[in-house]
Amino acid sequence: MIQIKNLHKSYKMGSSSLHVLKGINFEVEEGELVAIMGSSGSGKSTLLNILGMLDGADEGEYILDEVPIKNLNETKAAKYRNKFLGFVFQSFNLINYKSALENVALPLYYQGIQRKERQSLALDYLERVGLKDWATHLPSELSGGQKQRVAIARAMASRPKVLLADEPTGALDTKTSYEVMDLIQKINDEGKTILVVTHEPDIAQMCKRVVQLKDGIIIKDEKVDQVLASENVQ
Amino acid sequence: MFNKDRWREIFETIGKNKLRTFLSGFTVALGIFIFIILFGLGNGLKNTFQEFFLDDASNAIYIFPGKTSLPYKGFKANRRIDFENEDLEDIKLNFPMFTEHVTPRITRSALTRYKSQSNSYTTRAVAPGYQFIEKTILMKGRYINQTDLKSKTKHAVIGRLVAKDLFKTEDPIGKYIDIGSTVFKVIGVFQDDGGDNEERFIYIPYTTRQLIEKSNDKVGEIIVTFPKELGHPGAMAFESSLKKYFKDKKSIDPSDPNGIFFRNQTDNLKQTQQFAVVLQLIVSFVGLGTLIAGIIGISNIMVFVVKERTKELGIRKALGATPRSVIEMILQESVFITTLSGYFGLFLGIVVLKNVGLRLEDYFIKNPFIDFGTAFSATIVLIIFGAIAGYIPAKRASRIKPIVALRDE
Repeated sequence: MIQIKNLHKSYKMGSSSLHVLKGINFEVEEGELVAIMGSSGSGKSTLLNILGMLDGADEGEYILDEVPIKNLNETKAAKYRNKFLGFVFQSFNLINYKSALENVALPLYYQGIQRKERQSLALDYLERVGLKDWATHLPSELSGGQKQRVAIARAMASRPKVLLADEPTGALDTKTSYEVMDLIQKINDEGKTILVVTHEPDIAQMCKRVVQLKDGIIIKDEKVDQVLASENVQ
Repeated sequence: MFNKDRWREIFETIGKNKLRTFLSGFTVALGIFIFIILFGLGNGLKNTFQEFFLDDASNAIYIFPGKTSLPYKGFKANRRIDFENEDLEDIKLNFPMFTEHVTPRITRSALTRYKSQSNSYTTRAVAPGYQFIEKTILMKGRYINQTDLKSKTKHAVIGRLVAKDLFKTEDPIGKYIDIGSTVFKVIGVFQDDGGDNEERFIYIPYTTRQLIEKSNDKVGEIIVTFPKELGHPGAMAFESSLKKYFKDKKSIDPSDPNGIFFRNQTDNLKQTQQFAVVLQLIVSFVGLGTLIAGIIGISNIMVFVVKERTKELGIRKALGATPRSVIEMILQESVFITTLSGYFGLFLGIVVLKNVGLRLEDYFIKNPFIDFGTAFSATIVLIIFGAIAGYIPAKRASRIKPIVALRDE
């Protein structure tokens, strides 16, 4: 599903430049649930941003679902993002003046789907994350866990090939974190490819594979025995 | 542009961001409102000015007879000069290109009576063209015409205040008044912007006056109007050729400062026109200044709006919004708000101007107005500049990488 070869990325910091990714090579098969771990500054978020086409690489190859991703202009990147990718952020990034339902329906709006269909699809996805009754609520009326579940529903609504989650549990307490991970595991069980960036070992253990990053290179890449989040939720 | 879904999205955004909508709308409405009020008041000031200074026709040359002070061609000094009917004709014949109206003016004062009411009024015996020189406005009836001149009718056109004094509430038209022991029929009542004194005159045909005064052909003063297109230099040239012509005709020494006097309104015309130009400049400057202030106001609001929405735009981009759709959304929203509130401000300004207009006459502001074309274009200008002002930050926002916009502060 994802092939990355020799990926480099550096940021200019005034006169000096900061080399963040120093040649990343890895592949993700369809249906995998991969945790990308590393301390802060290890380049894990940068990697995710490049995977998400939110940022461009300086060097290297990136193939997503057999489509080479390079030299994208903004418009093309936007279309690819809309078609291939779903995002889940640490800070949820819901639009605060839109209801849960409208937030979930937004990627469908950019896919050009008609309003009626958009709303019924969005409601379906809200139901899947268990928030059907909260459809008309604004993000400010939802708890952190609920917000993240809305965000997951939104990421799923556009039926992406890959779901990218950047510290999805970073802003949540342990119990809520496990609930969110339970949801992510269930979506993965349905066959969706998911990449989770995290620095929490317990969250990483709930994935099927852990990629460890340090100083811009992969130092460890191994399959793990998946811990089911539902077992940790009382 | 006419995508129903896009409009729905925009209406939702507008409806749910009331403060932002209000702020941008308010700026535009206020800008247009102030523009219309100031421009209108400026026009009012101009109107007052015109009423004060442009009451009488400014393209007129007044010729007064006097007494010579130098002997010439065998005539003694201190000779009295008179104008006669023939002089009127000669002006028309000799200067056909330069004259519009030629009219005499014989001024007499006489006791005027209607029934038991009487008062002393100034009577001016004139030709029909005099109406244009005084810019007399007929309220009722008609002015003196050529038939009156020819048949030497005893017809009189009386001022509004004469009618008020003598006739009270009665309709003066067709009634007979006694002017210095001659009975005249009132054929018209006029008003004049030049003030109360102007409305206390009575106009009669000059031929009638000559008939009353023992059928002489003296015409008193002569007033000649020339086409405005002559301009200041043309008018001066016309005046000097008239002077030369009359001095020659009446045998006055060309160097005699007396004998005949000229008053050329064109000097006044020049000054008043300059003053009007300055006033117009001030009005335009005030209008332009307000408009620029309005444009700056909208630009600020638009920068603020886009800044405030940076994160939202980042989210939208992450979800698949193209840069184009981001720009279009912001622009469509801003143009919609500015158009709506712009025309609201326009309407409000015109209504306020209409309502306060009448109460401002004491402050030298008469009939303030703004022509709809100016108001309309000002609003369009503001909308266009609002769109441009919105486009620049929108363009920048659309280029921001979602990753930057979404970065947690």
